[in-house]
Amino acid sequence: MDLIELRDIHKTYHLGQVDLPVLKGISLNVARGELVALMGASGSGKSTLMHILGCLDRPTSGEYWLDARQVSWTTARELARLRHRMIGFVFQNFNLLARTTALENVLMPLTYAKEDLTKHQMRQRAVELLQKVGLSDRIHHQSSQLSGGEQQRVAIARALVNHPQVLLADEPTGNLDSRTSEEILQMFQQLNWAESLTIVLVTHDSEVAQHAQRIIYIKDGLIGT
Amino acid sequence: MKSYRTLKTALSALRLNIMRSVLTTLGIVIGVAAVITMMEIGNGASIAIQRTMATMGANTLVIVPASAAIAGVTQGAGTMMTLTPQDADAITKECPAVSFVAPIVRARTQVVYGNRNWVPTYIYGTTSSFLQVREWTDMDEGEMFTEHEVRNSSKVCLIGQTIVNELFGGQSPVGKEVRIRNVAFRIIGVLQKKGANVMGMDQDDILLAPWTTIKYRVVASSLASANQSSSTTASSTDVNTLSQIYPNTQQNLYPVPSATEVADSPKPIRFTTVDQILISARSADQILSAIQQITFLLRERHHLRGSDLNDFNIRDMTEITAAMRSTAELMTKLLLCVAMISLVVGGVGIMNIMLVSVTERTHEIGLRMAVGAEPNDILRQFLSEAVVLCLLGGIMGILVGRGSSYLVNTVLHWPTATSVGAIVAAVAVSASVGVIFGFYPAWKASRLDPIEALRYE
Repeated sequence: MDLIELRDIHKTYHLGQVDLPVLKGISLNVARGELVALMGASGSGKSTLMHILGCLDRPTSGEYWLDARQVSWTTARELARLRHRMIGFVFQNFNLLARTTALENVLMPLTYAKEDLTKHQMRQRAVELLQKVGLSDRIHHQSSQLSGGEQQRVAIARALVNHPQVLLADEPTGNLDSRTSEEILQMFQQLNWAESLTIVLVTHDSEVAQHAQRIIYIKDGLIGT
Repeated sequence: MKSYRTLKTALSALRLNIMRSVLTTLGIVIGVAAVITMMEIGNGASIAIQRTMATMGANTLVIVPASAAIAGVTQGAGTMMTLTPQDADAITKECPAVSFVAPIVRARTQVVYGNRNWVPTYIYGTTSSFLQVREWTDMDEGEMFTEHEVRNSSKVCLIGQTIVNELFGGQSPVGKEVRIRNVAFRIIGVLQKKGANVMGMDQDDILLAPWTTIKYRVVASSLASANQSSSTTASSTDVNTLSQIYPNTQQNLYPVPSATEVADSPKPIRFTTVDQILISARSADQILSAIQQITFLLRERHHLRGSDLNDFNIRDMTEITAAMRSTAELMTKLLLCVAMISLVVGGVGIMNIMLVSVTERTHEIGLRMAVGAEPNDILRQFLSEAVVLCLLGGIMGILVGRGSSYLVNTVLHWPTATSVGAIVAAVAVSASVGVIFGFYPAWKASRLDPIEALRYE
């Protein structure tokens, strides 16, 4: 069984009297260790799909199997645990905590860890990840003192700190210039290749999507070709 | 471990907005400080009031003999002669709720100094503990007579301010001699001015002497003369056998009556009794137990059986104690109201700021939820921020409150009394204000939808 299996996912928003279907029956598989790009124009439903993949949103109907277990969508608490254990997020606008150092940003998800780690272990893991993304000399810099590319790298380190099964990147290069974008995308490829990390890239940019092994097109709430 | 991490997160979040945190806490600081200062000033005032009321005689009990009745004709309160000085001694020894006991023998007669004379309202024969009972131990001059002088029935006395004015016209009376019914008393002390009592009686119009002296040298002769008008010279030896110890110095102007004549005009045989016994209870709360203990003891000493009525009455200053109690109660309630209002105001301030903080950090909350924070984690984080704010405010408030009550004490000389209860209550209340007013914003934060929160700018 693949790491991610979506079966006939529907999502309909109810805006007053009007029903607005966004996802109209999406089925897709992502294998372990794959680097997949979800591509589509804005309004195609790719963001909604990514929210469902990231267990941030509930589908109206359909099944979602993650790591051979069906996501039950029951309580907010269980979804939070699932996100914590399985999923790392990278956002378009980085979403770092203001007035906080790079190290503290990476340490933040560990605050909610269920297993007991000593302060030293947590710190060690965070520093290793910051070194891996090439920020060993920026560990104690405030997030506002970092450039856009550096901020996104801190965000990647933060996403990896819980050893997630899958990394979801929502337009990770949307706010970056082309050179920095290239660096970030190479880092994704490197992570995918070296650590066989499953990565789902969401983008509207075919240039970015070219870095993936497989491209899934979304058009009007359906898988396109 | 978990709670420690939560606390640390809360502290660092508060540190990021240090100015706002300080200003928010200020409400609680002022509230708690106000509570503590008010409580301490109130306590001090309450103690001062109690002390003042005690000098008015709030803790005082008076034992008077019951009314005597001759053939169905009652003679009025205090006419039975049942109280003895030994009763007073026994009460001192055996009643733990009693602090001081003073037997009193009253007289009303003229006091003469040189060419002036005066009839004081009170001529009291008593013991040295009278001043403790009346909380009147401060003297203008001289000192109180001693137990020794009571036992010797020494002819010494203390006088109040009114008598000083009337007889001495402002001169120092200590060491001078006044005559009371031709007995010369040396003045050994002057009482401090006390003024009128609650009934408007001048309390400074008083002369105190050992009760033995008044009993055997003054009252004895006065009763003798009451029986035999104009015979002020009659020897008191016939009247009271005890008086033989203290031979009367007056000359017998009339022949000593023969045995037959004495038998024809019998005179009452008097035991050594006192007119009343004045008692102070250890505190206002112990008045009731003091009354019980004294009743039990005196019934036993007077050999009263179960069905017999008491041959004495114990009176307390019900009016004054009731006033005192209601004053203290009113004060406490008033302070409680002030405390509640200021803490509620502080709590609303905390809630307001926490709501602003939740709105401002919606994006951060969304992010924390995305990386796996459960709703409970968010709730705990914001709640602990509010509680930490309130507790820090409480601690600051205690320091400020203690400081300002110290200042009030040293600069304004208002009486204050440390109140541990107020400190404990202030900390408890500020923590619960944090929980109560911090809960709604924290709950609101925990219910945010992560997608909505992440989109929020």
